Amino acid sequence: MANRRPNPRVEAHIGFVVNGEPTEVSFAPHKTLLEVLREDLDLTGTKHGCELGECGTCTVLLDGQPVLSCLVLGIACEGRRIRTVEGMREGPHLHPLQDAFAELGAAQCGYCTPGLLLTAEALLDENSSPSRDEIKNALSGNLCRCTGYIKIYEAVELAAARMRGEDARPTAETIYGRR
Amino acid sequence: MGGGDRRQGGPTRVIGTPQRKVDAAAKVTGETLFSDDLVLPRMLYARILRSTQPHARIAHIDASAAEAIEGVKAVLTGEALPTAFGILPVSQDEHTLAVHKVRFIGDPVAAVAAVTEEIATEAIDAIQVEYEPLEPITSAEEATEKPDPRIHDYGPAGNFHKLIDLEFGDVDQGFGEAGLVREDFFFYEGSTHLPMEQHAAVASWSPDEKLTLWSSTQTPHYVHRALAKVLGLLAAHIRVVACPNGGGFGGKSDPFSHEIVVAKLAMMTGRPVKITLTREEVFYCHRGRHPTLMWVKTGVARDGSIKGMHFRTLLDGGAYGSYGVASTYYTGALQTVTYHVERYKFQGARVFTNKAPCGPKRGHGTPQPRFALEIHIDKIAEDLGIDPAELRLKHLVPAESLTANYLSVGSMGLGECIRRVTDGARWKERFRKLPLGRGVGLACSSYITGAGLAIYWNDMPHSGVQLKCDRGGGVTVFCGSTDIGQGSDSVLAYVVAEILGIEPLDLRIVTADTDLTPVDLGSYSSRVTLMTGNAAIQAAERARTILAQHAAKALEVPVDRLVFADRRVFDAEDPDNGMSFAEAVVRAEAAHGTVGTVGSYTPPNSAGRYRGAGVGPSPAYSYSAAVAEAEVDPATGIVRIPKIWIAHDVGRCINPVNVMGQVEGSVYMGLGEAVMEEMAYRSNRSVVHKMPSLLEYKSPTTLEMCDVVTYLVEDPDPAGPFGAKEVGQGPLLPIPPAIANAVYDAVGVRVDEVPLTPEKVLKALKRKAAGQEPRVGPTKFPEIPWPEPIRVPPPWEGGDGRAVSATPVTASVPEERQH
Repeated sequence: MANRRPNPRVEAHIGFVVNGEPTEVSFAPHKTLLEVLREDLDLTGTKHGCELGECGTCTVLLDGQPVLSCLVLGIACEGRRIRTVEGMREGPHLHPLQDAFAELGAAQCGYCTPGLLLTAEALLDENSSPSRDEIKNALSGNLCRCTGYIKIYEAVELAAARMRGEDARPTAETIYGRR
Repeated sequence: MGGGDRRQGGPTRVIGTPQRKVDAAAKVTGETLFSDDLVLPRMLYARILRSTQPHARIAHIDASAAEAIEGVKAVLTGEALPTAFGILPVSQDEHTLAVHKVRFIGDPVAAVAAVTEEIATEAIDAIQVEYEPLEPITSAEEATEKPDPRIHDYGPAGNFHKLIDLEFGDVDQGFGEAGLVREDFFFYEGSTHLPMEQHAAVASWSPDEKLTLWSSTQTPHYVHRALAKVLGLLAAHIRVVACPNGGGFGGKSDPFSHEIVVAKLAMMTGRPVKITLTREEVFYCHRGRHPTLMWVKTGVARDGSIKGMHFRTLLDGGAYGSYGVASTYYTGALQTVTYHVERYKFQGARVFTNKAPCGPKRGHGTPQPRFALEIHIDKIAEDLGIDPAELRLKHLVPAESLTANYLSVGSMGLGECIRRVTDGARWKERFRKLPLGRGVGLACSSYITGAGLAIYWNDMPHSGVQLKCDRGGGVTVFCGSTDIGQGSDSVLAYVVAEILGIEPLDLRIVTADTDLTPVDLGSYSSRVTLMTGNAAIQAAERARTILAQHAAKALEVPVDRLVFADRRVFDAEDPDNGMSFAEAVVRAEAAHGTVGTVGSYTPPNSAGRYRGAGVGPSPAYSYSAAVAEAEVDPATGIVRIPKIWIAHDVGRCINPVNVMGQVEGSVYMGLGEAVMEEMAYRSNRSVVHKMPSLLEYKSPTTLEMCDVVTYLVEDPDPAGPFGAKEVGQGPLLPIPPAIANAVYDAVGVRVDEVPLTPEKVLKALKRKAAGQEPRVGPTKFPEIPWPEPIRVPPPWEGGDGRAVSATPVTASVPEERQH
């Protein structure tokens, strides 16, 4: 947090679309999108790891593009479309990426998971059949300390195949290792 | 504790099959509530003012300007909480906020609670602290040379925190019998856990004067004890809830200042108080890998059998004790459990310096000596002209045996691990045969499956489980264990579901809440699957016995013919003759009363009876072997690791897909430590951390992470639940030395320290080109005033686990009960 004393009487007010819902919110004008989402809209699915733009944990989609919500001011989001992890489910159904992450244990502690899911979703929106290297490049701004990224790559590949309509299953090596 | 077949890998429905974790859906939807996600009505926000001096007396603190700021509700300084605390009973050397003295940059000095985080931040900035600087101790070597100024007023002498000297047989005799005696020096740099979640805690003080603390902690039971001690409250009036941890890796296993701060501020204000540490503060909390200097001398026969080994370690402990006494013992404990060591001597020293305190990071005190030992063995193999894989295979510790230092090895799958990775990596075709710039390296390791003794000496179980069967067929499992992402909640569900014939997702798992759950000591030392698993087996079998008794009566079949499966209880010989699981509960409840059971687990006694025998014993040891492939650019020294083959002897997989995740995650963390991670300080007298941010503290991204080929070796251990051993820490251990050995194979230079940065590799290459020793690494070990050794004859020299030195072993020596 910066060393400043906000005047509580001055509030910014914006309208934007959050997870498909038109939303209006008032907040102290210095707040980042991360803070507005977590503190003013109770969307705590978006996490933070540094609040300095270094770890990718707070990634959300802004007009479909992954951004670090700790580096975007709330007031810059007037009229924009925001997608957070809370918006990924279709009704009660997990998004194929969420489903594959759950199936393969790609979420261990689960803290970096929302940011990774949204980054991966943006990748699959542009490229329905990404190579392993394309996945690595797309996710290179999201740090994860638990998984070594391998189960994450495998989950993205599994979800991509299913989103292409394939009846894909994880390989035996993914689950049991090499025999 | 559990039935024999539960330990030995009989046929199972749930165990060994891939399962979703019980919290997987919550985690992928962002619904898991971490500590910083909690919001309570009227909640205040706390910030902590931290020392800007590495070593200083506090002359004066003036908080009047902070108190005058509108919105500030409480200001707290050290004298309000004079009671010291610390994780180990022998190192109660921390204060919630500094009392009279600060010992590192980042040491907590004062705290504020305010209506917003911004106001709290402004308020801590308004607190004036007058310091009288003392000379800082900046390195371990300096600490060994300078008894003054003394950082703490306890410890054997000067700035030594702990000195250990253990002797298992006469190593000099071993060196005399040896055909080759080799000495090497190594250094392992400190690194930090870097969990993606910053530590956070919320405290609430209720009108009836009870305290609740929610925290991202791996050890709610130990936090509970520390809060009671420092706050002077009855433990019965304190509830600690460990929220799911957003990564821990050992970094959330001490009781922390900020946890006590929010508790005290909540008591002062009567309002809930939250604190979330900044990323920079997380670096100061640290308790990570000890920077460790090592010297090892080994005498081997011409066939490579180890006649004697003498190992010395010097740990830079930083400013406080933390787990350091245990860490120091661990730097000497597990050298003996991989290859047979006939005689062994260990001398370990931990010193205080004015840096962030070190403690347990994944592998706790063992990656450092493992790095040294596995490179040392590689050099010995080369000296002897034996393939390093063959050398290791020839001298493995046998299964079901006792080591020189009285550790009881159960199942032992290291041989199979070595064979798998060397086959996979085509070792014989590639070792010493690849073109310049490419190489392969092998290393092995072992790790404990839970520490044999608790942090504080007591006779109680290490893990407890309560189980409640609902008349609707639901089962709730209560256990004090804490899920830090490793899947410990899920292990409870898998084990109980297996025994009761229901599905894992049918269960409700209530964990890590000191009000609701029986004690489990915490998520450290890779203890949770084995200890909670065995406790859960006992509770579930007791429930099964009750249910079976009444179901058998109703079905008119003998109890031993009943099968619990598919949410039913039925006759094995006539599966149609059965009832639903829910009906079995109803019948039992009607006849027996409410159906609830308990289970608990206590590790076996250790064979060692000497002072220091408390660290190292474990119910079971896991084994790992790894081959790393390295590509080294001789022009730049840049090391790239394209691939690692790893085999891990896990005893038996409870859930293979999660075992895979632990192995891959361990490889990742080992890779980071090997090539880039360092908890480094500026080399001036200010002892400022060089890089307390995620950008500058280098950790592997997707672009640095290597390909991993994993082999799971299943050699069920009689001590483990369904035969399972640990997997969360062990697979990290062989990675750094395998990489160092691969770099040597690639370009013929030895970098005997981590991280293997390009500048070190390049320096070694230049030395090689200049005809000097092609090596970078330490070349000396300082003089240490070692104590009189504790001499314990190894089992094969007629020893009974007791010391033969003059000092008798007392019945209870708290200091040695830690790990």
